[in-house]
Amino acid sequence: MSQPALLRLDKVSKRYGSVQANRQIDLSVRAGSIHAVLGENGAGKSTLMKLIYGVEQPDAGRICWKGQEVHLARPSDAQSLGIGMVFQHFSLFETLSVVQNVSLMIPGRPVELARKIQDLGDQFGLSVDPHAMVHRLSVGERQRVEIIRCLLLNPKLLILDEPTSVLPPQSARRLFETLRKLQAEGMAILFISHKLDEIRELCDTASVLRGGEVTGRVDPREHDARSLAQLMIGREMPNVAHAAPRPPGQERLRLNGLSHPRASRFGTTLKGIDLKLHSGEIIGIAGISGNGQQELAALVSGETRAQDPGMIEIMGKKAGHLGPMARRRLGFSFVPEERLGRGAVPEMSLADNSLLTAHGRNMLSRGFIRRKVERAFTRDCIEAFDVRTPGPDAEAGAMSGGNLQKFILGREIMLQPDVMLVSQPTWGVDIGAATAIRRRLLDMRDQGCAILVISEEMDELFEMCSKLHVLNHGTLSAALEAAQTTPQEIGRYMIGAQS
Amino acid sequence: MSGLEFLLAGTLAAALPLLLAALGEMVVEKAGLLNLGLEGMMAIGAAIAFICVYHTGSHFVGFLGAAAVSTLTALLFAALVIGVQANQVASGLAIGVLGLGLSALFGKSYESLTIQGLPKLGLLGLSEIPLIGPTLLTQDIVVWVSIGMTFGLWWVLNRTKLGLVITAVGENPEAARAIGYPVSLIRLYAVAFGGAMCGIAGAYASTVYTPLWADGMIAGRGWIALALVVFGTWQTGRVAFGALLFGILSLGELTAQAMGIGLPSQVLSSLPYFVTILMLVVISRRKLRSA
Repeated sequence: MSQPALLRLDKVSKRYGSVQANRQIDLSVRAGSIHAVLGENGAGKSTLMKLIYGVEQPDAGRICWKGQEVHLARPSDAQSLGIGMVFQHFSLFETLSVVQNVSLMIPGRPVELARKIQDLGDQFGLSVDPHAMVHRLSVGERQRVEIIRCLLLNPKLLILDEPTSVLPPQSARRLFETLRKLQAEGMAILFISHKLDEIRELCDTASVLRGGEVTGRVDPREHDARSLAQLMIGREMPNVAHAAPRPPGQERLRLNGLSHPRASRFGTTLKGIDLKLHSGEIIGIAGISGNGQQELAALVSGETRAQDPGMIEIMGKKAGHLGPMARRRLGFSFVPEERLGRGAVPEMSLADNSLLTAHGRNMLSRGFIRRKVERAFTRDCIEAFDVRTPGPDAEAGAMSGGNLQKFILGREIMLQPDVMLVSQPTWGVDIGAATAIRRRLLDMRDQGCAILVISEEMDELFEMCSKLHVLNHGTLSAALEAAQTTPQEIGRYMIGAQS
Repeated sequence: MSGLEFLLAGTLAAALPLLLAALGEMVVEKAGLLNLGLEGMMAIGAAIAFICVYHTGSHFVGFLGAAAVSTLTALLFAALVIGVQANQVASGLAIGVLGLGLSALFGKSYESLTIQGLPKLGLLGLSEIPLIGPTLLTQDIVVWVSIGMTFGLWWVLNRTKLGLVITAVGENPEAARAIGYPVSLIRLYAVAFGGAMCGIAGAYASTVYTPLWADGMIAGRGWIALALVVFGTWQTGRVAFGALLFGILSLGELTAQAMGIGLPSQVLSSLPYFVTILMLVVISRRKLRSA
């Protein structure tokens, strides 16, 4: 290849406070190439993309576009060069229509834009109704809108930040076809991901990031997932032992035709959900977030009361009318999806955060807090669950996602619950911590706890669960035996092709 | 003049300060901020306008001065909230108190002085129409301009890209920033616009509606305007409708007093405020039900 690289980064560094997010990064992307940027959470991928897209500016190093050094002071600078970006968390406006969203970025009359949206949709398999309101669209459709919006700027380089993390397998497949068509048109694509199989399937070059540095530049098609993972995390992939499933014990949680109207027009109505959870088993609820996951978690945890007490039974008792505290007294505990704000109070110390759910463990004396007990409990939790923090006085909000999740999970496990609901246990958590969390949950199961896991990560569910349900548009599928189903079948349920 | 004629003639003028302040605040809130300092910004606008008109005799100068000074006050709010990320509620309240205090300070030596109001203009010979001709259709120039401006604002917010951008910035500032809009700058303009509107609203109250300055003459109209934005669910037409409703109410109160309805005047004067609270309750209940 004699032609100069489309984009070249030369010893680019970026520091936030005491954290060196990017260190001396070299990267070069050719036209017509799908280039993977591979790395764990916190490896510096997002920072790097922000530098390329002009959201942040590097402290040192050069960014060159077609051989010329450029300074990108803001995203519009990058856009005018021909760099487009599809964000992991979509930058769409939910109360506006597709055309309105597009017209915020692209000049032109709405009628013309609508036609262009349709044309691009036909050409690249990105069909979406231009006049639909965004809040009514599925996640896959929203992503298509984002991509179309980028394509209308005629970019030479398209950056996709973890594009498949929110997609069911079928939509991911469709996305890949689109990307290959774009590649054939000569477009360069930067594909950010931590999913090794996808990268091996799609990309022709991979730059591996670890701790803010490039640790490898490889052709992913010539490496197996295992060796890529090793480059990415710098050590052998930890294995999770699959314990043999045991015969289920006593029934601990039961949902009887649980239905609930949606709370807002962006919410989901739950329709007749039936589920039985026994001691010593983990049941997984698969599905894409936004299909009733939050609503279901709120109803089971007691944050929202069910319309009828009998819709939810915990330890054989009707619990639909009970609040979260009363349900916890029945032996229930809950690890919510949002760590900051629901699982922990960001401004409070870890010790005070322990108090929030573990106050029943002898932490109170006539309404006064027994600080010694509180601190001892917190120290035990930090130690037992390998939470990396200075100590019980550390502020919850200052911790990394993985560490905080280990703490919250530890706190709930130390309450020795009989039933647990764990929502998105490893969202935004690095591989090491995620493995530790899964192992803990399996240990709990082996000790007889009944665990319900709501997750978007299909691999995780297959790893831990004996049975799977799929939640789609507020309807729960029948139970599928994990050993007898496949990710493809689950995927069909997730997009509603099967029910 | 009968009660009905009195209402027809005066409603638009009574509603005008509410309408202008509420429309300004609506734009601020659409852009994603909340400025609680309306009352103070109106008061300082009213004081400045009175002073300018007293010395120059020109209402145009009065309105211009009021708009400029209220905009400056609003920009102080913007500096706190956008610049140093101060708490919006506290900053808004502080600006409100500051505005009230400054208005009292500047206006002190102008109390009990009088100035000329503005002449009423009929609309292109339509003033010949019986009943509404000489009343509803005979208004001062500010009313006519404001009505035009209300339609203009509706058009900008609902039919132009600028309106779309303001909505987008308010709904999802991160996304707006990500696709390259200068969120802080747009919000700054919105706050400045809100301030200017409050200034004009205050100026109308002190130089046209009742051409005199008295300390505390805004009398809670800033707060009513704030409530009107919520009442109007951030839609120009509904906000305007709400302002008219309150215009009628405040005049109705005067009419009732004049007609000697056997209620203490304090009860009647509290009516608009009472209805404000009632409406906010109704709105929040409706929101709960649809939830």
